[in-house]
Amino acid sequence: MDTLFYIVQNMLPVAIPLLLVALGGMFSERSGVINIGLEGIMLFGAFFGCLTVLFIQDSRINAQIILLIAMVVSALAGLVFSFLLSFAAVNMKADQTITGTAMNMLVPAAILLFSKMNYNSDGITTSVPFYIQKVPVLGDIPILGELFFQKTYITVYIGFLFLIISVILFYKTKIGLRIRACGEHPHAADSVGINVYHMRHLGVGISGVLGGIGGYFYSVGVMDGNINGHTGVAGFGFLALAVMIFGQWKPWNIMFASLFFALLRTVAYSTSLIPVLNTLNIHNTYFKMLPYVATMVVLVFTSKKSRAPKAEGIPYDKSTR
Amino acid sequence: MQNNFLKSNMKKITQDKGFSSFTAALLAIAMGLIFGFVIMLIAKPGSAFQGFGRVLFGGFSRIGDVFYFATPILMTGLSVGFAFKMGLFNIGASGQYTMGMYFALYVGFMWDLPDSIHWIVCVLAGMVGGLLWGIIPGIFKAISNVNEVITCIMFNYIGMYLVDMWIQGNSTMYISTKTRTAYLPTSAQLPSLGVKNSSVNVGIIIAIAIAILLYIILNKTVFGFELKATGFNKDASKYAGMNATRNTILTMAIAGALSGLGGAFAILAPSSIPGSSMTYEPISVIAANGFNGIAVALLGSSHPIGIILSSVFISHIQRGGSLTALYGFKPEIIDIVIAVIIYFSAFSLLMNAALGRFIKRHRVKNEANDFEELAPVGEDDNKEVAPDAADISNDSIITEQVKENDGEEA
Repeated sequence: MDTLFYIVQNMLPVAIPLLLVALGGMFSERSGVINIGLEGIMLFGAFFGCLTVLFIQDSRINAQIILLIAMVVSALAGLVFSFLLSFAAVNMKADQTITGTAMNMLVPAAILLFSKMNYNSDGITTSVPFYIQKVPVLGDIPILGELFFQKTYITVYIGFLFLIISVILFYKTKIGLRIRACGEHPHAADSVGINVYHMRHLGVGISGVLGGIGGYFYSVGVMDGNINGHTGVAGFGFLALAVMIFGQWKPWNIMFASLFFALLRTVAYSTSLIPVLNTLNIHNTYFKMLPYVATMVVLVFTSKKSRAPKAEGIPYDKSTR
Repeated sequence: MQNNFLKSNMKKITQDKGFSSFTAALLAIAMGLIFGFVIMLIAKPGSAFQGFGRVLFGGFSRIGDVFYFATPILMTGLSVGFAFKMGLFNIGASGQYTMGMYFALYVGFMWDLPDSIHWIVCVLAGMVGGLLWGIIPGIFKAISNVNEVITCIMFNYIGMYLVDMWIQGNSTMYISTKTRTAYLPTSAQLPSLGVKNSSVNVGIIIAIAIAILLYIILNKTVFGFELKATGFNKDASKYAGMNATRNTILTMAIAGALSGLGGAFAILAPSSIPGSSMTYEPISVIAANGFNGIAVALLGSSHPIGIILSSVFISHIQRGGSLTALYGFKPEIIDIVIAVIIYFSAFSLLMNAALGRFIKRHRVKNEANDFEELAPVGEDDNKEVAPDAADISNDSIITEQVKENDGEEA
């Protein structure tokens, strides 16, 4: 039982960044823009989040409030940075994959440069304890309390809140419908008066916001509130892409996929602490590779009837209608 | 009129395809360098000019090193560029590079071979390693139509984790106290070219020879023709009876082999300390040279000869960038410049075309004024005019008609 508690408590803070970033990727791709640049967006958001914390950590603001402020800043940073992608992909009709690759390369270099020149380090180290030992009242519930309301971060609850907002936005609003239409058949969408360019800007913008927040939540939940340019977000942006594909571009599936991937990662980093696995004596590298292998398996089996948005990756050109 | 002669000549040059990709590359480079300069100005206004001078010219003082560091990115650039020719985006060059490196290391440490052929076998082993890692996305793409970008990203990570595990598990290769691989035996190292103050080696010569070989394959063989045809129009080439499945797998295999060679050249190279070789540190980071290869391929517009030039250029500014440390800058400035160059090369051809269109329109407008005919110029902003439109005569009315026709075709 203790092992279960341990796994769940450690899994959730890892699952949330994956969930948010994969949802962001979903918004972008369902609007028709491939977002390989999620890794860069995450790191950019995380960097500005940590920078904000660094500036206000000495004031006597409650730690959780600081986290919320940093979250807003990281969302804005992600939004601004994602504009690089939407500008290139929508306005300039550039190759989206290459643009995303450039964004991924830009951020770590920029962070390293900035941190080395200003702080003489590889990144930003903050010292605010965001860790919640036990949520009042809720943490006292037997079993459930220990599973979900002890030894955790506030990011977990915010993450699920964002999931619900995303689902509503995606399936229950006019905007969501329009975004999805632009990813499937932009010409049809255009013919009924939807501005495909605006919708794609919006889709990428939402992915920027979620990506930025996801990046900051990675820094809080996985890196103890620090970020550096060397390890960056350790491929979480790409892993989120895998989560998105694994979840077949649907929010609820993405949630389960992110939980599954987070479980694998938690197991990979704590094989020695889990008695069952310890006796099996499998090298933890195999657990680290498993998410990627699993994604490949899913891709092979779903490629015949792939749910990938039909128009993703193709710049929309009005005159070819 | 002399003026007209000049114009028609200019037209011929500016409509040439090679020229247009060359100016596009220059445009992207200029944007990257300007951006880098602005960052330097913001970071340290006082020494920005000297620092920037080092970036531009610093590499000249270390020609040997420029070629030394150009070798791996030349190979990954060729790999990415070769796949580009077929319309495949080989973002997995990093994984193939790492795999090639591991295979070369393995043969270097574990096989006992005669001195004269040891390094050759190591290089070939690296090629095989990269080939294996490149052929997988090719098979996935050809057989079950899985997007090669996703496969490549996944296999970048799988390869990196595998190699790190294998190296850490091998006590001959890995010195755990240094967290690095040991130095290779001298017989496994690439022969040095003997340039003073630099360990530039035979790798660069082999790499350039391979680039020329690729140029021949692409332009003089049936396979090269089929490859480019598939890149231009997949369906048409299939209709013409080309075997898309075989060509996809073969292209990715070759691309992988090229990256693998890059990895082998990088790790088998002798380093500046006498008798030592380059080492690898397994720290779970994707090899950057794979991504730099993308920049090299884009700048060289996937043309093997262009890639030679662009790899030397990238290596040149990287060397220059490391010299900016003299003025308190960090070498990461060059990574930023490279990223900006990639970003702009994604749409610089388009910007180039837009610029050409603007100049052309301007010219037509002037001519229209000469003839005192106010033709409706400049109202068709939305229409795409192909950069190499049919020859435009002096008569502005005919020009407009040509433009109209093109607009409908496009």
